[in-house]
Formats: sequence, structure tokens, C-alpha cells
Amino acid sequence: MIRIAVGAASALLLLFIAVPLAALYAHLPPGRFLAALATPGALSALRISALTTACSLALTLVLGTPLAYVLARVRFPGRAIADALVDLPIVVPPAVAGLALLFVFGRYGVLGPLLGAVHLRVAFTTTAVVLAQLFVGAPFYIRAARAGFLTVDRTVEDASATLGMGPLRTFARITVPLALPALAGGAVLAWARGLGEFGATIMVAGNLPGVTQTLPLAVYLGLEDGDVELASALALVLVTVALAVVVFARLLERRAA
Amino acid sequence: MIEVNLRKRLRDFTLEVDATFAPGVTVVAGPSGAGKTTLLRAIAGLTVPDAGRIVLDGTVLDGGASHVPAFRREIAYVFQEYALFGHLDVAANVGYGLAARGVPHPRRAALVRSWLERLGIAALARARPAGLSGGERQRVALARALAWSPRAVLLDEPFSALDDATRETVREQVRATLAGLDVPVLLVTHDEEDVALFAAPVLRIERGIGLAAARRKENGAVHHDSVQTAP
Repeated sequence: MIRIAVGAASALLLLFIAVPLAALYAHLPPGRFLAALATPGALSALRISALTTACSLALTLVLGTPLAYVLARVRFPGRAIADALVDLPIVVPPAVAGLALLFVFGRYGVLGPLLGAVHLRVAFTTTAVVLAQLFVGAPFYIRAARAGFLTVDRTVEDASATLGMGPLRTFARITVPLALPALAGGAVLAWARGLGEFGATIMVAGNLPGVTQTLPLAVYLGLEDGDVELASALALVLVTVALAVVVFARLLERRAA
Repeated sequence: MIEVNLRKRLRDFTLEVDATFAPGVTVVAGPSGAGKTTLLRAIAGLTVPDAGRIVLDGTVLDGGASHVPAFRREIAYVFQEYALFGHLDVAANVGYGLAARGVPHPRRAALVRSWLERLGIAALARARPAGLSGGERQRVALARALAWSPRAVLLDEPFSALDDATRETVREQVRATLAGLDVPVLLVTHDEEDVALFAAPVLRIERGIGLAAARRKENGAVHHDSVQTAP
């Protein structure tokens, strides 16, 4: 009796996840999918998303890697606070994150006067899209990278030092290769989170086609405008990428084990 | 020649060593937890002494405000668990110190090959450390430490991770290999069999204090190579 109930509950939830995703694929035959993707609106959203997520991923790696290493290796006052701060964007609602970013980078934000002085506009530009993605995505990379660095035996780094490699070369030749599965997994997760970013983006960057309109925003706008075909074609792209990310993460996990 | 006069506060006691290590092997003996590893780490530059001096061939490595970082000391270190690089094959492990010094590829490959042959592990050149036996790992670690002609060699309990049967053969091979070096070699052990077999000067450390003077016969003369203080 209990077995049946447990089985039924599990099956129900699995179906609840699988059926809507499958419905997305069923909704659009391949021919119409490609036709919808070839429209200027779809291509523009694809271009903006590719460009902005490439930038936010690069920033995540460049800024997040040193931070993750410091969190894994260095004891300093306030480390627990820094640790918690990194996790915060994962829990904060994206719309709130967007509003917060607006209060910093908007015209009347904290950095407004400074940015205005050098005639730099950030809010409602492509740059704002990148910042929103960085804010919501970077924590996923930093967490994974920190865990990866923790698995690298310090004695191995010491060995590299006694053999004559300085700290930077030791990091590049020993620490990073040994932590690579974790770094790659975290980078992919952070990138995927940035690709799906909606709430923070629409708050701080708006929904300007060709400038700030990323794939998720185009899906939303497509539905609003009654262009269901466009919306579902772009949704299919996002779901397929998500599927690939999940499979990739599994492969990395298996390799690490 | 390594001159050591250092003081380092450990959890339960203070390590104090005042000793001179001449070229050739010196066995550093004592029970585990006596501070032997800390002495090696300080000489290697992996730990900074609280006070004192470490001098290698007239160059001050530690003393006053100066601390030469480990990667500039040219002192090889064979770690207790070997600390091989798991993502590199045996040849790349052994060639690592040469790569750090920018030794060009053909020469590096030749040196690596000669060390692998010398230690009888040439067949393992393309193997990864994870697939090696304990004795093989030990030899890779030794070749990696010696291939780049360091100015001193430190070995931390080099035989403790081996099973009894392997230990006998490896110990003899390590002894023979180290005997050919004309730089200071410090071999840390808690095993009295090692002390007897190496027949080298001994520095005893107990609860952080270097205890017994070491002697070695050389050309019929007796030298006091290592001297201790017990304040």
C-alpha cells in the first residue's frame, strides 16, 4: 500500500516535470521551428544572449576564480561573511537583484554621479544585461570552484613550490588542472543561469530589442505580442541548452568519481 | 652546507634546533610528533621560523627580516606520501623541476630518461601516478627531487608508506642513490632500522630539541657534523 503511494507520488512529479517540457517539443515541428528561428527578432535575441553570456562568463571566471581560491585557502577575518555573501544572490529574488543593481548603476543610483561625470550609461544598456547575469550566475561558479580547490591537496602545491614553480605557475599548472572538473561544472552552471536570467535583466536593463532583449525576454515578449511560434522556438532553444547542461554536469560528476 | 639555528613554536612545545649539515646524508631521527617534519619544512621554506637563521652555502634563506620563498631555494623535498602530480604522467612529474627552470625540451627529456633508467622505472614513463605501486611512487618522487640537481635534498619518512617487503629493496636503492650526492641530504625517520642501515651522522630530535651530536668518519678523521643545543 505504502509502496504504491510512494510510487504514484514519484511518478506524478516526474510526469509534471517531463510532460510540459515534452509539450514544448511537440508544439513545434522542426520545419516551423527553424523558420521561426530565422526571423530577425529571434536572431537578434540569440545574438544578444550569446554576446552577453560570453561576457558575463568571462567576468565570472576572471573575478570569481581568485575569490573562490581565497575562500578555499586563506583564513581572514570576515571570511564567514564573505562566504555567506557569495550565496546570497542564489536566494535573493531576481527582480529584487535587478532593483538593487538599479540603485547602484541607475541614473540616480549610488554610482550615478560618477558614471554621469564620465558620460557612461549603464542601466538599460547591454552592459546592464551582463551585470545582471554576473550577479545571479557568479555564485554558482564561485561555490563550485571553492569546493574544487578544497579537494586539491596542499602538499601537492608545496611540492610544486619546492621544485621551483612560483605561486602563479603552481596555480596554473597544478591547482587549476586538478580542480578542473569542478571549475568546468561551475562555469557551465553559472553560464546557464545567466542565459536564463529574466527578472533582474528586465529591471535593470529593460526589454529593448537588439540592445537588451535576451532569449528569455524575447520569449516573454513573443507571447505578449501573440507570436507564440517565436516564443516557443526560443523556448525550445533554452530547454535544449538546459538539457545539454544537465547531461554535461552528470558526465563531469561521473569523471570526478 | 646548511646551517640551521631556529626556534619555532608548535602546539605543545617549541622546536629548537642548532645544527650544521655537511654534504652527504644526515639522518634526523626521533619519535613522531617531535618536530622533525617542521624542521624540514622550515629548511624548505614552507614554514617560517619564529626566530633564528637558516643558511645554505653562505646564502641566508631565513634570518632577520628575510625569507626566501620555497620556489627560489633550490632545495628538493620528498614528501612522506610523495605528493606526485596526479594529472601528469611519470615523465612529466620527473621533468617538472627542469621545466620550472626553463630547461629546453630535448635536454629535459634526456635527463628525465636517464633518471628513470637509473631508478629502474623507464617502462613507467607514460603511466599516471594513480596506477603505480608504493615502491614505484617512491622512485618517481625521488627522481623528481633529484633530476634538476638541487642544492640540498630533504626526505620526510621516505619508507613509512611502504609495506615491509618493498621497504627493504627501496631502502637499499635510495641509500645507494643518495650516497652518490655531494649536497646536504637530510633524511627524517622514526625507524631505528633506517638509522642503522644508513650509517650516517644522526641528529636526534625529541620534543622539539636537537639532542645528540653526530659523528662521521671521513678519511680516518672524526668530524662533529651536527651539533645541538638543549637550552
